[in-house]
Amino acid sequence: MSFTSGIFLLFFAVLLVVYYLIPRRHQWKLLLLASYLFYAFAGWSAVCYLLATTVTTWLSARQIGKHYGVQAQWLAEHKGTSTREERKAYKAGIKSRARRWMLFGILFNFGMLAVVKYTDFVLGNVNGLLALFGGGQVPLPHFLLPMGISFYIFQSMGYLLDVYRAKYPAEPGLGRTALFVSFFPQLIQGPISRFDDLAPTLFAEHRWDGAAVGLGLQRMLWGYFKKMVVADRLMAVVNTLSGSPEEYQGLYVLVLMVVYAVTLYADFTGGIDITIGVAQTLGVEVTENFQRPFFSKNTAEYWRRWHITMGSWFRDYIFYPASVSKPMMRLTQWCRGKFGMGAAKRVSAYLVTMLTWFVTGIWHGASWNFIVWGLLNGVIILVSQELTPLYQRFHARFPRLGATFGYRLFQVGRTFLLMSAVRVLDCYRDVPVTFRAVGSIFTEFNPAILWDGSLLTLGASGADWVVAGCGVVLMLCVSLLSRREPLRARLALRPLALRWTLFGLLFLAIVVFGAYGVGYDANQFIYNQF
Amino acid sequence: MEQLLSVLKELHPEVDFDTADGLVTSGVLTSLDIIALIAEINAAFDVEVPAEEIIPENFDSAKTIWAMVERLMDED
Repeated sequence: MSFTSGIFLLFFAVLLVVYYLIPRRHQWKLLLLASYLFYAFAGWSAVCYLLATTVTTWLSARQIGKHYGVQAQWLAEHKGTSTREERKAYKAGIKSRARRWMLFGILFNFGMLAVVKYTDFVLGNVNGLLALFGGGQVPLPHFLLPMGISFYIFQSMGYLLDVYRAKYPAEPGLGRTALFVSFFPQLIQGPISRFDDLAPTLFAEHRWDGAAVGLGLQRMLWGYFKKMVVADRLMAVVNTLSGSPEEYQGLYVLVLMVVYAVTLYADFTGGIDITIGVAQTLGVEVTENFQRPFFSKNTAEYWRRWHITMGSWFRDYIFYPASVSKPMMRLTQWCRGKFGMGAAKRVSAYLVTMLTWFVTGIWHGASWNFIVWGLLNGVIILVSQELTPLYQRFHARFPRLGATFGYRLFQVGRTFLLMSAVRVLDCYRDVPVTFRAVGSIFTEFNPAILWDGSLLTLGASGADWVVAGCGVVLMLCVSLLSRREPLRARLALRPLALRWTLFGLLFLAIVVFGAYGVGYDANQFIYNQF
Repeated sequence: MEQLLSVLKELHPEVDFDTADGLVTSGVLTSLDIIALIAEINAAFDVEVPAEEIIPENFDSAKTIWAMVERLMDED
């Protein structure tokens, strides 16, 4: 069930009414029922995968929790009568048993994800190698990828790892665990929430709060505007330009880079606005996933502000654990002895950075373009880290420059273009084609396309460009006005008539200017495929 | 504490770690520094700093780093 479908709006309206009519202690159960109903539209086989993740996560976390409970009881009972060594040995035994359950949950779920998502990719590469040596071909199974599986498995495994790390106790109830895994607004495109962030409001009892519901509806409306007026209207241009890379070279590629950046931003943040808005109407607080990323001054900052929950997941569960793993620690120490502190602090960190970005790339999709995209991001971050002393010397030489508006604008523009150039790997889905296309920006000189009407032949009419352009300007203004606090919070202090007029106009804009299936499946959000 | 301070000094000779605060939040210690520092702490104090301890509050000053090391030594 897509957020942009009529059936979703009906589903949401009925849910909202029933949610505040039933006894409050049953609200979370209704959310669970609604989440499964929502997901059932993706097919019953998809529900089976969701159930498998839920049960294995619940079982593993519960068993880990039981072991830790037994440990706490033993330690309390033997506080004055055991030696430090005895306590240490007992804790090591418990940790080992907990680790087995953690590994069971991790291996089962990531194994399931690997099978459905990566089997075709791996076998396709095996077939490529076999073809080189004149061998036969392995048939590809073509598993149907359940919608949102990467999101809910990552969310569940984050929870399991947190329980294993004793960050918080395991949730004893299967139903509550099921709701955490399946909460429908964020089920298919995130954010990837942490249990301790989501659970307090997810399982709480909520009274009707007109102001909060109003704010949630406003956030949803803004999300629909970004998705239907801007993203869906520009997607046709992205499809046309990336569909014929040999035909559209030079400045067309630059146009694709910019248009795709705006489209993806409007699509993904629009979807997240709807997610957070829906949750807010139900009294549930979902973590923010974006912090005005296109205003970032460098790549590392960009990745702290774009798809924040994914970035922090990889940081907390891949980057840091891999960095402090025994082999990496040994490598760091060995490098220090051989080459000094400078090399010691680089080698392991660089290896782990590239590993993390490799995993980030392949998380997005089972193809080489995503892997190369991930690795390029890693390389850019490491290169800019290495260049830091150079920047510092430059700024020491020109101390006033860094604070000027012009220089900040240059930094923002540079980061935007760099990230946009790497991101077009998503569009072409072919590494050599992408590199040739981006290279053509410097070899093909065709500025006339900007004024000779060529841009009107790409699947968007003049009216489409004007509407999308106005939408982008509005998004930019809202972003600039939301630097200190959300614009909605400031609007809430303004007279009711003004607010109703503004949101009425926004609603009208969606109805009048929204693209409904022009040139592509308007019901699909780009991030649903991951 | 002296041993910790000498490791920190080796990472960033220009910083006075006796008084410096907000090491992570102000960007003095990068993730690279923290990983190298953890390798040193593990070797010097015979502890294992787990990934979940890598939070800004634990690395924001020499004092907080030392408090974490002492806590880990006690837990062991």
